[in-house]
Amino acid sequence: MGAHSTYSPKTGIGRWVDARMPLPRLVHDSFVSFPVPRNLNYAYTFGGILALMLGAQILTGVVLAMHYAADTRFAFQSVEKVMRDVNSGWLLRYLHANGASMFFIAVYLHIARGLYYGSYKQPRELLWILGCIIYLLMMATGFMGYVLPWGQMSFWGATVITGFFTAIPLVGEWVQQLLLGGFAVDNPTLNRFFALHYLLPFMIAGVVVLHIWALHVVGQTNPTGIEVKSKTDTVAFTPYATVKDALGMIVFLILFSYFVFYLPNYLGHPDNYTIANPLKTPAHIVPEWYYLPFYAILRAITFNIGPIDSKLGGVLAMFGAIAVLFFVPWLDTSRVRSAAYRPWYKLFFWLFAINAIFLGWLGSRPAEGAYVIMSQLSTLYYFAFFLVIMPLLGLFETPRKLPGSITEAVLAKHGGHGAALPQGAAAAPEHKG
Amino acid sequence: MVSGGMRMNKMMASLAVVGLAMGLSGAVAQEAEHSEAEPTHFPIHKPEYESWSFAGPFGTYDKAQLQRGFKVYREVCSACHSMNYVPFRALEGLGYSEGQVKTIAAEYEVQDGPNADGDMFTRKAIPSDYFPSPYANPEAAAASNNGAAPPDLSLIAKARAVERGFPNFVFDIFTQYAEMGPDYIHALLTGYDQTPPQGMEIAEGTHYNPYFIAGKSLAMPKPLSDGQVTYDDGSPGTVDQYSRDVSAFLMWAAEPHMDDRKRMGFRVILFLLVMTGLVWATKRRIWADVPH
Repeated sequence: MGAHSTYSPKTGIGRWVDARMPLPRLVHDSFVSFPVPRNLNYAYTFGGILALMLGAQILTGVVLAMHYAADTRFAFQSVEKVMRDVNSGWLLRYLHANGASMFFIAVYLHIARGLYYGSYKQPRELLWILGCIIYLLMMATGFMGYVLPWGQMSFWGATVITGFFTAIPLVGEWVQQLLLGGFAVDNPTLNRFFALHYLLPFMIAGVVVLHIWALHVVGQTNPTGIEVKSKTDTVAFTPYATVKDALGMIVFLILFSYFVFYLPNYLGHPDNYTIANPLKTPAHIVPEWYYLPFYAILRAITFNIGPIDSKLGGVLAMFGAIAVLFFVPWLDTSRVRSAAYRPWYKLFFWLFAINAIFLGWLGSRPAEGAYVIMSQLSTLYYFAFFLVIMPLLGLFETPRKLPGSITEAVLAKHGGHGAALPQGAAAAPEHKG
Repeated sequence: MVSGGMRMNKMMASLAVVGLAMGLSGAVAQEAEHSEAEPTHFPIHKPEYESWSFAGPFGTYDKAQLQRGFKVYREVCSACHSMNYVPFRALEGLGYSEGQVKTIAAEYEVQDGPNADGDMFTRKAIPSDYFPSPYANPEAAAASNNGAAPPDLSLIAKARAVERGFPNFVFDIFTQYAEMGPDYIHALLTGYDQTPPQGMEIAEGTHYNPYFIAGKSLAMPKPLSDGQVTYDDGSPGTVDQYSRDVSAFLMWAAEPHMDDRKRMGFRVILFLLVMTGLVWATKRRIWADVPH
């Protein structure tokens, strides 16, 4: 896209289709001849891994839906049927449940890569925002999926999370009742969550198409953060990026399999193997691990701020923690993209990453004693990173000297030898195919 | 395995240091408010690690042990606890033949119906039936047990796990420790007979057990005593042995396909490792002439 298409159909049928509906041309231009920077590292394979995980989740999910009953009387039982009686049902369900976790591991690494290399900066603001929308949809999908087995954590997690909405002034109660389909989590809640849990992944797939479209218009960034300037800076997507993505995916599948086959319940909560009981509140209600940092932020606001009470304050902080991501392209004032050339940003970025994991751990602790203060300090750093450090650092930091081009950076790394080689790379796929 | 895990990467190591510091300060803080007579965190004692045949990547159920555990369940636990999600046919997983399963099922009466006259009737169970509940409904179960309905045991081995805490939950990934359930059940069943510390109040009708996950005492009285169940294979008739066997049985009841899962996992991971090698070699070849 943008660049000239190099697709030339070799068969009569190919030409016939190409003249009428050039889908093969689109695929060729997007995933074969599409030029990508030659210096992409493995941090750039998570996009492909995420596409794989979305596909895997939809596939296992559709089959699970064939065996699932969205009715509070049968939901828990139907999941047990899947685990015990459906052929390879245990495999399907463990793939799907752990797949959700793996999906989030990949998306967090993908987001971290974007933050580290400044992938959100002009002209990739929309690409970044589309990614944020996907992440938001993923959170909603994951949350509703966790409710479906109708265990204790499903029920009480749903009760707590939908309860957030009552903090919104005026319309809060109404929004909560609309989400629940009643006054408490019950059968109507389960039904609509199931319908939405089935719908949202396809909406994610739709936004993923936009995300990839935007990517193909502006092109990929790379670890140097310098834009592609000449043909020597790039290689063809296939086979160069394809094979790297494939390697990333297979290694990721090893991690995925390790959990599915050896620790399938490690990332879940034991209470979800007890059927939901509206009369019995679990000792600690904790969401899935991938929401824990936001849960910690929610609970960190234990004080009133003027007219905003602590409950609304917590909810605002929690949603704010996600909303702030949308503004990152404009919060970062640095003219240099990549953390590789920004010594101070690099430091603050790693602190941010450690802080985010620490927030996750705090989210799993009871909100009492020293944990509250630690959560507050962590939350402060989370927001300060975006709202103070990002804008100010661009003004005060002296970046390292940037190389003249991607090719120059690559050749410098390899001690100056090795061909500049664009043409070879561009031509190679044809020969190797 | 543990040391291999700790080498994982810089980020994890830093997290470990920060988390360890926080964990320690948290532990100290809790120690200060902890009083022996009125503990605030449960269980009072964490379960000990037992050795299980089904632990680890190549672990499998010991069928003789499962059969012994089933005997304990049948003769003791099932008097009060249901096992609603386990059908008799699943007992073939314990190594029983089809005929033996039929015989076992036939020892139970289940309600069926309505018949052509519109009446419910009871009949002998067949392999496709599920274990009948000892009580007609949860209300009856609660009424007969001092207000606390005994939990269903189908999934109990996955539904109970004492919190691991930092750094154990990190190590568990590498040691594949997933036997919290059976360890807990064993600890609970062998954890009676202890005298509560001086000054601790035990609610009437409950029984002190420092291994209980949700309080200092529970409604269930000590269920097992030495010699209560006679094993056919000469295994010792001790509370410790009964507890061990019934814990293994309950793990099987909660996760009947675990052997298949681990067997398949080994093949899948072996396959993926070979694939990784091949794709890596391909990648090296493709990128050989391209400095990057």
